Amino acid sequence: MKFAVVQFGGSNCDRDAAYVLSELCGVDTDLVWYKDGISPSYDAVILPGGFSYGDYLRAGAIAARTQVMDDIRRHVKEGKLLLGICNGAQICAESGFVPGVFTINAYPKFVCRPVYLKVETTDSPFTSLYREGEIIQLPVAHKEGRYVTSDPLPSELLRNKCVAFRFCSPDGQVDPEWNPNGAALNITGVLNEQRNVLAMMPHPERASEKVLGSDDGKRIFESMISYIEQHG
Amino acid sequence: MLYTVKISISLKEGMLDPEASAIRHALLNLGYETDDLRTTRVYTIRFNAADKNNASEKATKMCERLLANPVIHSYSIEVMG
Repeated sequence: MKFAVVQFGGSNCDRDAAYVLSELCGVDTDLVWYKDGISPSYDAVILPGGFSYGDYLRAGAIAARTQVMDDIRRHVKEGKLLLGICNGAQICAESGFVPGVFTINAYPKFVCRPVYLKVETTDSPFTSLYREGEIIQLPVAHKEGRYVTSDPLPSELLRNKCVAFRFCSPDGQVDPEWNPNGAALNITGVLNEQRNVLAMMPHPERASEKVLGSDDGKRIFESMISYIEQHG
Repeated sequence: MLYTVKISISLKEGMLDPEASAIRHALLNLGYETDDLRTTRVYTIRFNAADKNNASEKATKMCERLLANPVIHSYSIEVMG
């Protein structure tokens, strides 16, 4: 089993993601410079957080139009796993891997703090090791994280079980008070229809060890590993 | 022939524009009451095209493929000549 963490100019969570995967989860993980392309040998690809291309134009817009995305499109088409975290989520949306867009926060400032998330579905390769409705804590760190979608509507995404995570209170109330960026229906983790792409704004790689305050994020990576083990 | 094209990208009607709200608030602090304020990003681009129509077509493609995100943006194109 082999994971790739793609590095763009301006990625800055690439090493954290690779560290969690290789050191904490024990899987073979390569950091891959975007110009080197993604070979078909990888089982899963991570698009990490950061500020690719300085967030110029729109966050993720320029990275989404680089050549490596053709490789990643092929990878996704083959049914393999793609996880986009923060800037990676913005790149996933800009590439059309998931519907909608992550745009400037309702209160237009950088927000960096731990938040509570409700696990909306465990029926995905990324969330199978959680319990349905479980409340987890992960940090967010973004200025362009407000999820907006019109086709499908946010309510349709929820109904179709294409929402993995929503912002909530510590006891699981999903309401605007606990929404750090104004995202539609508090949505902050979106799955594609085929369920092999997850785009999420919170940082699971920053919450994968107890010493960092929470290891709730680690099960995303472990879910992926378990899925790959089962599906080859 | 070289054409100069002005491409304006704005948020679609009804889309939340946090930057515009902040600016509107700042204007209010200076004593200016406003009914509405919207932000638009303008790109002035010069490139080769066969004729005016072709310049407009090329600019449309630029919007569709990169400059605008159809989920939130609308755009207008003006071929300046």
